[in-house]
Order: sequence, then structure tokens, then C-alpha cells
Amino acid sequence: MNVLAAFAAGLVFGLGLIVSGMADPSKVQGFLDLAGRWDPSLLFVMAGAIGVAFVAYRVARSRTAALLGGAMHLPTGGDIDPRLVLGSLVFGIGWGLAGFCPGPALVAFGSGQDKAVVFTLAMLTGMALYELMERRHARPNALE
Amino acid sequence: MTIDWAHFTPWASLLGGVAIGISAAMLVLLNGRIAGISGIVGNLLAPVRGDIAWRVAFVAGLLFAPAAFRLADRLPAPTIDASYPVLLLAGLLVGAGTRYGSGCTSGHGVCGVSRLSPRSLVAMGAFMLSGFLTVFIVRHLLGGAS
Repeated sequence: MNVLAAFAAGLVFGLGLIVSGMADPSKVQGFLDLAGRWDPSLLFVMAGAIGVAFVAYRVARSRTAALLGGAMHLPTGGDIDPRLVLGSLVFGIGWGLAGFCPGPALVAFGSGQDKAVVFTLAMLTGMALYELMERRHARPNALE
Repeated sequence: MTIDWAHFTPWASLLGGVAIGISAAMLVLLNGRIAGISGIVGNLLAPVRGDIAWRVAFVAGLLFAPAAFRLADRLPAPTIDASYPVLLLAGLLVGAGTRYGSGCTSGHGVCGVSRLSPRSLVAMGAFMLSGFLTVFIVRHLLGGAS
């Protein structure tokens, strides 16, 4: 059941990205282009998504288990550290250059677009490089 | 500031946004998980036993979305202006940056902001800022479509 629910959630997320226009990088770049002809659509996507999710997380916070029985895995907070800010700044550069963030990239990958395939493979490589670096930091003597 | 009325789609975008919110609600209420795409995908690259199937299923749902949409309507073709070398660079930056910063537009932007997380508000401010600056530099200082 957990797996089916996750598949359904992924499907609804992907359909939302397509309907909202956010699976189209030129539309995302149209939002990021404040100095050009600006397309505010992304703000409406955020408003719709946050409006629903806000209520859901209020409900989720008061629960000790998920409806399908699993544990609640909610972020516990943490510090606003340089990693958070630097990582997000780097992400934003890539987002601006291509108009893709991870969700839309996977949806466009699913539609078989050549350019989306290239972007997604590069994105997965970037994520793998991060894992390698983290592992090296976690075990500084492992390779010596 | 000039609004691009030709491309502005307030209702479709609001509706799609509501669907994204419903997806986040489903995942947190049914599975107890946050709908952050970069985290869901990234943690598959360092898999932990017992924490794999739901991630694969969520990603499969995302990948299947275009095919499902085609059953109901013609799939709008995305316009990807960036060249292949730029896409390669951008992909690396998005992949490493989202993992280093613990989230992307969905995890920080939608879910974190909905939880009123200070970390996510800062993260969203940071990637919006560098996104705006990058597009400004590419389109208005370098004068290209990247």
C-alpha cells in the first residue's frame, strides 16, 4: 500500500507540473526574467501548492503515525548554515541556466525529450558527486 | 516591469499548483514523507535498506505522468532553449546544489514554506535570488538565450 500511495503521489505531482506549465523550462525562465517580459505563473503554482500543503502539514504535525501505519518522517529543523545557503545559490544558477529543477526534469525525461534526458543524467551525476564527497568527509582516512 | 500576458496562465498554474499540494498532502498523510524531489531521488544514490521502494514508486509516478496526461489530452511540448553544453553544466549544478542545500523547489519551496520552516524560507530566497540573477546576466548582459 505504501508503494502504491507513493506512486499515486508521484503521478499527481507530475500531472500538476504539466498542467501548471512548470514542466516547460521556457515558462520557468519567463518567471525568472524580471527585467524582460515577466510571466508570473510560477507564483500561482506556489500559491495553489502551498495553500493545500499548509493545511496538510498542520494535520500531519499532530499525528504520531502515517495513515498507512508507517512512522512520520518530518524534518526536525536545524541551523541556517553556509551549506544551506551555498547549496541553494548553486542550485539557483543551474535552475536559471536551464529552466529545469529536479521535478520538471524528471517529468520531461519521462516524455522522452533528448535535452531533458541530458539534463537529468547530468543532474544525477551532480547528486552522485555530492554523495561521494560526503562519504569522503565522513571517513577522512578511508582512502589513505 | 512588463507582464507577459501572452504566456501568463493564472488558472492552469493555480490548478496545477493545487495538484502539487494534494500530492504533498498524500505523501505526508499516507506515507509520513516530505515531497522533496531532490531528496527522494538523491537518497536513492546512497540507498538504505527498507527506504527504497517508496522512493522508486514516487519517481516512477513522476516519469509516468506524461503518458498518463496523453490519455486525456495532447501533451504540451516543452521549449528547452539551453544548448547541450549549458544543460550539462546546469544539470551538475542543480544536482549538487540541491543535495548540498538539502532541497529544491519542491522540498524547500513548496513543503518547507508550507511548514513555515525558517531554513526553507532562507533556501528559497537564495535559489530565487541566484535564479533571477542568472537569467538577468544571460539574457540582458550577455544577450543570449543561454
